[in-house]
Amino acid sequence: MNRLQELLNPQAHLKESTNMDMPYIVHPREDTGLFNAKLGIWLFLASEVMLFGALFSSYILMRIGAFQWPQGSDVLNVPLGALNTVILISSSVSMVLSWVSLKEKNLGKFRLCLAVTILLALGFMVVKAFEYSAKFSHHIFPETSTYFAIYFTLTGLHAFHVMGGVVVNTYFLFPGTKMWQTDPERFTNRIEVAGVYWHFVDLVWIFLFPILYLL
Amino acid sequence: MSQQGHAHHDPHELPFWKKYVFSTDHKVIGIQYGFTGLFFLFFGFCLVMLMRWQLAYPEQPVPVIGKFFNDSSMPGGVMLPEFYNSLGAMHGTIMVFLGIVPVAFGAFVNFVLPLQVGAPDMAFPRLNMASYWLLVVGGIVMLVSFFVPGGAANSGWTSYAPLAVVATTGQTYWLIGMAFLIQSSLLGAINVIATTFQLRAKGLTFMRLPFFVWSQLVTAFLLVLAFPPLLAAAVLQLMDRIAHTSFFMPSGLLVSGQPLEISGGGSVLLWQHLFWFLAHPEVYVLILPAMGIVAEVIANNIRKPLWGYKAMVYSVVFIGFMSFIVWAHHMYLTGMGTAISAFFQATTMIISIPSVIILTALFISLWGGSIRFNTQMLFALAFLPMFGIGGLTGLPLGLSSPDIYLHDTYYVIGHFHYVVAPGTIFALFAGVYHWFPKATGRKMNEFLGQLHFWPSLVFMNGIFFPMMIQGLAGVQRRLYDGGAQYAHAKDYLDLNVMMSWSAWLLAIAQIPFIINFIGSLFAGKKVDSDNPWEATTLEWQTPTPPGHGNFLTQPIVYRGPYEYSVPGASKDFTSQNEPPAGASQPAGTSQGVH
Repeated sequence: MNRLQELLNPQAHLKESTNMDMPYIVHPREDTGLFNAKLGIWLFLASEVMLFGALFSSYILMRIGAFQWPQGSDVLNVPLGALNTVILISSSVSMVLSWVSLKEKNLGKFRLCLAVTILLALGFMVVKAFEYSAKFSHHIFPETSTYFAIYFTLTGLHAFHVMGGVVVNTYFLFPGTKMWQTDPERFTNRIEVAGVYWHFVDLVWIFLFPILYLL
Repeated sequence: MSQQGHAHHDPHELPFWKKYVFSTDHKVIGIQYGFTGLFFLFFGFCLVMLMRWQLAYPEQPVPVIGKFFNDSSMPGGVMLPEFYNSLGAMHGTIMVFLGIVPVAFGAFVNFVLPLQVGAPDMAFPRLNMASYWLLVVGGIVMLVSFFVPGGAANSGWTSYAPLAVVATTGQTYWLIGMAFLIQSSLLGAINVIATTFQLRAKGLTFMRLPFFVWSQLVTAFLLVLAFPPLLAAAVLQLMDRIAHTSFFMPSGLLVSGQPLEISGGGSVLLWQHLFWFLAHPEVYVLILPAMGIVAEVIANNIRKPLWGYKAMVYSVVFIGFMSFIVWAHHMYLTGMGTAISAFFQATTMIISIPSVIILTALFISLWGGSIRFNTQMLFALAFLPMFGIGGLTGLPLGLSSPDIYLHDTYYVIGHFHYVVAPGTIFALFAGVYHWFPKATGRKMNEFLGQLHFWPSLVFMNGIFFPMMIQGLAGVQRRLYDGGAQYAHAKDYLDLNVMMSWSAWLLAIAQIPFIINFIGSLFAGKKVDSDNPWEATTLEWQTPTPPGHGNFLTQPIVYRGPYEYSVPGASKDFTSQNEPPAGASQPAGTSQGVH
């Protein structure tokens, strides 16, 4: 447990021993059934649901109040959107597999799966960049219409979340892996938490794709 | 005995900047929040003191201070209307998001809550540090915005569109600053919830939690769930301002007689809905921590259990839930339609019930208590009627027909200032006097405390009560000249002189507090025990001040939070971690360890 304390609080080793360590970093608390970070990520996702919920509600309000609203499939590239949906769902699968690999104590497979997740996420961003630049080259910008305003805002904010996931996963792929040597269980937990976040990012896209591209 | 120094506070342990600046210790972060919040409270108060000059003596040069301002804000010392608007908008923003929330939530929750639940720290110490520094960045962005062309945001703290969309650059800074403040509160709130759920000491069941913990827990849920929609709204408004979208811009909008080059089709009501969906829960973010502090102080100083603890807990949870479905009572005048207004006035009337239950329980608690009238108790006692006035004057605003008359008058300002100024801020002072000995090992001076309390009580009422009179007479708020161009307002504008003098005297009444606070840090009377107020809750079972890791041994809780004057007990308070009589006492779980 002293080692945990040190990881939690890097300067802890500089101190006299404390009498209380941070509990439930690795193992779940009995009455909640969660370790600390898992509760933390679920609370964070609750706030994310409210963030995207507010934006989806705004979308509905703008749309029912609009004189005219384009059919998404007329103005956006549905095959590219569908490709991105497949890419993101695949990345969710590889994310789960990376966590499973750690449970199987297979670090090599973990590295492979996490690298695939990151590459798929970057692939998603490349496709998104193609879509954006195609719009810009046709002089379509957020200011063009309310539809494109909400399209660029929602997909842009989602892309930020994708990039956030890429940064976190890249950290775990390279420097973060150190923890596997010292505290494998805690490292596995970290990957689980990162995975929960990643599935949420995926889930947001699963809502975005139909409402923006299809409806 | 006080156990500071020695092993726990060896000055050579950590470099200064790690121990006091970029600290991950919840107590240090709490104190950082406290100093930052108190600074911004003072700063926001300064803004309004300037405004009060303009209201009391319209278009006369501000004496002494006026010449320090440049021609874009106060040419010749006379305040420009644009600057007045900036002051108003920033007073509201700073007081709410940078003053009260950091002190009521940031400071007290960080310092007290982990101690009260028997935790070694907050669940995520580094996240805790991040949320404090996000607050600092947000505060700096807000301060910098005063110096950009056109000055700080000037569309009111509510930043209603389309005015805010076409406003000067300061509004962009406001939105960016708010994004930081939102993230800060969000991370802090996640930490509070995780700490309360995960790190409660053994035996500390939910119904044994001090009321303070309950109120802060509900507050944290409000922050987690209500702040993100404001972030969404801020993103949309930022898009409107920077990418020239039209989320909040209707078609055919003319500004200065010129049609805007925008696609149009947006909804101005959308901003109000998103804003108030945050901002009404935010009202409870401002008041619930205050109720929690007051409950702790009252329970400690009446020397008997709180009356109706369970009812108070259920009420605070119910308030938390209901606060999400009352937001549109701020929007009766927008023409939402009578059906929606009827719904929101019904929910508004319902949410007043649990607040009244809490207040009533606190009042009844006083009955038959042997009350200690120390400074913190005076502030807590004053909170009850002051918040009572604030709450009851809110009822006419919650009903849609009287609100049509009262909306945007000084009555509204009087109402919510009674809630947050002599309400919440008094509770904050009570908390400072109450927990000061735990944080520093010294008590604050009682005489200076009384000298702080009594004038503050008088002048608070001197400021805000006349606002009710002005408001009922129909005097509109947010007017640069206070309403001088309106015939119906003329007879009531004289009150502004008295209100302004009350405000300035209130500032002078804070001097004893500042002297007391700083003086007591160095020369206050040292406490002779870790539990100087003879309180029952766990924070008093730590060394004073608590070292890193807080408790010397993991506390185990055997009883409820307010076991004062238990019949048959040897003393008039029984700590939560004191084992039941006759039970074998596990080593080092009671005060005996000291």
